[in-house]
Amino acid sequence: MSVYSCFLEACSSLKHNLLRTLLTILGVVIGVMAVIVMLAVGKGVQSEVNDSITSIGSDLLVVFPGLQSSGRVKKPGTSSVTLTIEDAEAISGIPEVEKVAPVIAKTFQIQYRDVNWSSRVTGVTPSYHFVRDWNLFSGNYFSEQDVRSRNRVALIGVTVAKELFGDLNVLEKIIRVNNIPFRILGVLEKKGTSITGRDQDNSIFIPLSTARQLLIRSRFPSSVSYLIVKVVEGENQKYTEVAIASMLRERHRIREDEADDFSVSNLTDIASTAETATRALTVLLASIAGVSLLVGGIGIMNIMLVSVTERTREIGIRLAIGAKQSDILLQFLIEAVIICALGGISGVILGIGFSWLISYFAGITVEVTLVSIIVAFFISSGIGVFFGWYPSRKASRMEPVDALRIE
Amino acid sequence: MKPFIQLKNLFKSYSQDSYTQVPVIKNLSLKIASGEFLSLMGPSGSGKSTLLNLIGLLDQPDKGEIFFNGKDLTKLKSDNKAQLRNTEFGFVFQGFNLLKRISIVDNVALPLLYQGIDRPGARAKAKASLASMGLNGFENRLPNQISGGQQQRVAIARALVAKPKLILADEPTGNLDSKTAKEIMNVFLQLNVNYGITIVLVTHETEIAEFGSRIIKMRDGQILTDENLKSVL
Repeated sequence: MSVYSCFLEACSSLKHNLLRTLLTILGVVIGVMAVIVMLAVGKGVQSEVNDSITSIGSDLLVVFPGLQSSGRVKKPGTSSVTLTIEDAEAISGIPEVEKVAPVIAKTFQIQYRDVNWSSRVTGVTPSYHFVRDWNLFSGNYFSEQDVRSRNRVALIGVTVAKELFGDLNVLEKIIRVNNIPFRILGVLEKKGTSITGRDQDNSIFIPLSTARQLLIRSRFPSSVSYLIVKVVEGENQKYTEVAIASMLRERHRIREDEADDFSVSNLTDIASTAETATRALTVLLASIAGVSLLVGGIGIMNIMLVSVTERTREIGIRLAIGAKQSDILLQFLIEAVIICALGGISGVILGIGFSWLISYFAGITVEVTLVSIIVAFFISSGIGVFFGWYPSRKASRMEPVDALRIE
Repeated sequence: MKPFIQLKNLFKSYSQDSYTQVPVIKNLSLKIASGEFLSLMGPSGSGKSTLLNLIGLLDQPDKGEIFFNGKDLTKLKSDNKAQLRNTEFGFVFQGFNLLKRISIVDNVALPLLYQGIDRPGARAKAKASLASMGLNGFENRLPNQISGGQQQRVAIARALVAKPKLILADEPTGNLDSKTAKEIMNVFLQLNVNYGITIVLVTHETEIAEFGSRIIKMRDGQILTDENLKSVL
């Protein structure tokens, strides 16, 4: 029998057993779909985490003041006043450093008319939003002039705008921070959740000098909470870290045998710490995907095994009237390939659709990847074709009389 | 002259469980001439169906040789056996063994498709074969849409479509009423008399066996009696 005849025979067999064909295809569809959906949800969660990491910017260094020592015991949580605006200016002189943003921050009560809201107020210089790569939604940034003149101007995050005003049309309005009036210059674009889980859009930015003078007073007016350093693109971060450290040791007159009174952290390090926490989740989702691949595969295997085994008698009849083993094998192989191809393609389409529905109704990020489609399609189809082919090979090698005897 | 079919010292047993082998055919030898109408008779378990399956290459003997036109069939590869079943032998079973889901014309055309004949050609020949069995107009029905007697005629049409030299029939009338059974037997008789097709028939009914020209009675895997009716006449 020619391959074409075997193909026609396979098609006719599939057509005349429509219900069985559809059920078998359904088995493949569910297997493929389950894998794609599971992998899409897993990948979605992963990239959500990655997004919140990259929203900080991975080419940044953060310089924190060191812990105060009392005797030989370091007291955690006590920030010292060792880092100053002058340090920031000095660091910005290092050739590998593009910009330095000194930061001071504290949480305050914000008011607009009778609405109260609690928000983090951050005193920064104009370099901050450049370093953080944080764009404006509307309005303007404040300028160096605003910093010099200690002007009472503010940039607000979208969360603050929504909570205080209910909309984003807030430019030139006056809000009160700790009862001091500030004029809104601009609204910042949505930034999302930080790796520590804080809503970064619940922030108000004011000039550093204004903050020092009016809100976050200190005995050491030039001290800052921390510095964010943007390294020139392409420069070695580790090298820059060392350069900053040695410059600060020199400026702070730290002796060789003394420890640093500051710490330089690489945001990639911070990010990798956060990633460790999410790795458990990733492993969990990968396991679920693996299990669904297995379950889907076993389902496909069962339905193919059953649908071929129940046709042993048919195989016996075909052998008795002169079919060769290869004729039987080819027909069943073609049937299995058609079923797996149709089931696989429908499974991919439904898997993508179902992933989309999950993201739409559950409001979580899902990401269907090409790899998951390829893996789901080929592993499921491979299992289907194998378990369609294997029992038909077994049946075609029986003596015809034995195959005929099976009801 | 070489005998058409010759069986030499055949043995066949089945495993009842993993310990016991039940012998079914014990050291059986037999010659069948071309053009004979041979009826195999015997109680159930006497080995008559097994013998038919061995002749028809549906099963393999444990020991012994089967010659067909002087060629030893037990040495053949499975593809060559399939080819012989396809072109030289025609099978008719008690349970008809038609494929339930496809039309009767496609059932009859199937052996021709396995010969490599294209679908339209095979269908045309199948229609002619069905017509010779008096089944014109039924071509596109499914097997379960016609009577048992008609189904057996379809099976005979399928057995004849490749113009075989030998027809092997295992209790072909077992599922039919006596009137229909006689009609079917007359069909076999005509094939034998008019076209010279050799027929080996298995039955346990004397009345049916007597359509044959030679009756072999079997018991416990061996030949009990072998009478040639034509020589008696």
